[in-house]
Amino acid sequence: MIYGFAWDTSSAAAFAWSILPILGIGLIVTLEATAAGFVIAMLLGLVLALLRRSRLRAIAWPTAAAIEFIRDTPLLVQLFFLYYVLPVYGITLPAFVTGAIALGVQYSAYTSEVYRAGLDAVPKGQWEAAVALNLSRVRTYTTIIVPQAIPRVLPALGNYLVSMLKETPVLSVVTVVDMVSLANMIGDRTFEYLVPLSLVGLIFLILTLLCSAGIHLLERALPKSGIALQ
Amino acid sequence: MTQAATMAQPASEPLIRFEKVVKRFGTLTVLDDFDFTVAPGEKVTLIGPSGSGKSTVLRILMTLEPFQEGNLVLGGMAYHQPSGHGPFRANERHLRQIRSQVGMVFQSFNLFPHMSVLRNVIEAPVAVLGLKRAEAECRAVELLGMVGLADKKDHFPSQLSGGQQQRVAIARALAMRPRVLLFDEPTSALDPQLVGEVLGVIRSLAHEHDLTMLLVTHEMRFAREVSDRVCFFDKGRIVEQGEPERIFTSPEQARTREFLQSVL
Amino acid sequence: MHWTHYLLPLLKGAELTAIIGLASTALGAVLAFAAGIARVEGGRLLSWLALIYIEVFRGTSLLVQLFWLYYALPLIGISFDPVTTGIAGLALNIGAYGAEVVRGALEAVAPQQREAARALNFGWSHTLLRICLPQAIVEMMPSFGNLAVQNLKDTSLVSLISISDLTFRAQSLRNVTQDSVTIYTMTLIGYFAMALVMMAAMRWLEIAVRRGPAFPRSAHG
Repeated sequence: MIYGFAWDTSSAAAFAWSILPILGIGLIVTLEATAAGFVIAMLLGLVLALLRRSRLRAIAWPTAAAIEFIRDTPLLVQLFFLYYVLPVYGITLPAFVTGAIALGVQYSAYTSEVYRAGLDAVPKGQWEAAVALNLSRVRTYTTIIVPQAIPRVLPALGNYLVSMLKETPVLSVVTVVDMVSLANMIGDRTFEYLVPLSLVGLIFLILTLLCSAGIHLLERALPKSGIALQ
Repeated sequence: MTQAATMAQPASEPLIRFEKVVKRFGTLTVLDDFDFTVAPGEKVTLIGPSGSGKSTVLRILMTLEPFQEGNLVLGGMAYHQPSGHGPFRANERHLRQIRSQVGMVFQSFNLFPHMSVLRNVIEAPVAVLGLKRAEAECRAVELLGMVGLADKKDHFPSQLSGGQQQRVAIARALAMRPRVLLFDEPTSALDPQLVGEVLGVIRSLAHEHDLTMLLVTHEMRFAREVSDRVCFFDKGRIVEQGEPERIFTSPEQARTREFLQSVL
Repeated sequence: MHWTHYLLPLLKGAELTAIIGLASTALGAVLAFAAGIARVEGGRLLSWLALIYIEVFRGTSLLVQLFWLYYALPLIGISFDPVTTGIAGLALNIGAYGAEVVRGALEAVAPQQREAARALNFGWSHTLLRICLPQAIVEMMPSFGNLAVQNLKDTSLVSLISISDLTFRAQSLRNVTQDSVTIYTMTLIGYFAMALVMMAAMRWLEIAVRRGPAFPRSAHG
């Protein structure tokens, strides 16, 4: 029994059906971790993107180096680093939070690149027109540039959201009890690993297909020239 | 007509003064030891082969490009500041003060595609001049009427033809009441049949307003009609300048003659 | 312990990481081309099979795939040692992503090229090998570069199926010495260094492909 649900190993189908509720609870943890990690990635990515655009070399360069470093090192090792090193400096966080931060940091390297590409894709003429009309930099960003960058940015962010979802199982190694963690637990107790793992795989597949469809709809719904302002 | 106005001001302070300005792009020197003045209310057309620096002059005036050496003064305000830093050698506040005097119409219109025509025209007056939205809309409708597009105010740029978009761009620039309006090849990106409507708007601006206008164009006949002065550029310098009649019918310099022969 | 004491075990782990990384990337490339070409050129059946392979391995989590193979393969009687399982799992995963890159690049080759080939009576394999692929490969290289680095990072997951790669060694060391900061910092730097080498190699490959036999060096060959 886990979480009060017992399993029925009489047949593969019965087994699968009986462990579904257990995996369902793990699914919630998976989704929560993805959501938390993604929020961090979006915010941190924005900060990194802005820092990287700074006209001061002393800020732009180290930021670019940091982004590259985060992007080229494995999530698992970054996770271990945070999990074991933070307590050394007196910061003890729940495993879930550490996991979300690790996901957020790793993906912020990707989201910062998405923001950068989105901003760069706005035609130079738009910036020049804003200068010609003497709009302030802030106003130019908020009403001219960002609304035009969004249709390009959102689908890309959506794809990274799906990727992050698929990487959350890594958190199971630092005691976050997600779907994979539970599947392994069930397997440890029943010596029957394939059914739980297959089921988890199937759930991921369904989630991925749903999210991809959602992103396509979003892409179609967004006006290509930018968020309309009246 | 406007010539009389400018000639009546004896040795008056020019509105725009380029003094020995040098502009380089990397190793390429586009403007070298460049001197140029424009009187208030004057309509000047810059002609010349591509790469001769005409557009660069406009872009420097619009603070889109910095210059490396020399002085540039607009209405008594110098572009460079003694305490200035960065490529423009001036801080943002100073640049914005200068910019408030200058407007520009671009070859590729550069309308904001995600905003309606009306919003395009009121955006800057509301955000920069601090006008109330109602007042700005009123003014905008008036200006759009002037360029013949009042009925399109709720359309989006993608629904307009090139000529219509450029006319909106002119209205948008006028909404900021600049002292100087720059036109950077305003009709070069238009289908031939749409050129006329835009030139018509520019013509009426030239004849009715005491706006100072600098125009870079290949439309020679038009330049002849509206300008007080035509300047022929070549390799970053003004080779010859003067009244349009004289320049077009009896140019003094060989280079000018060559160029005019090739385009007319 | 001084950080130099960690060097040897970590380097041994890095060696295994490199081997697994290279092997799985190479195998993944083969799968990518096979599935990608099957999607573009294959008949309905092949195209469908390739699609299923691609969607399953792209749509599910790599860690789940690795665990699944680790437990499943011995049952089918294929009793691989963990390293082979790891390489297979990584290859299948990256191959699915690579297949999409191959497919996209092949479809991006202008249809006029195929028409010209047909007009010259080229067979489909000739068209593919001599006309489409050479042009498409240049398009694929940047994405392949990214996938190669991604695969290198993914190798760290094999530590969870008890393979003594760099991450595994780091974990073991940490368990013994508790010196988390030094060990994990060295590990991160190790992966970063390998990634930089991988990126340089891929860029070299990109240039080689661009200058390759597909494109004559001059009009006179």
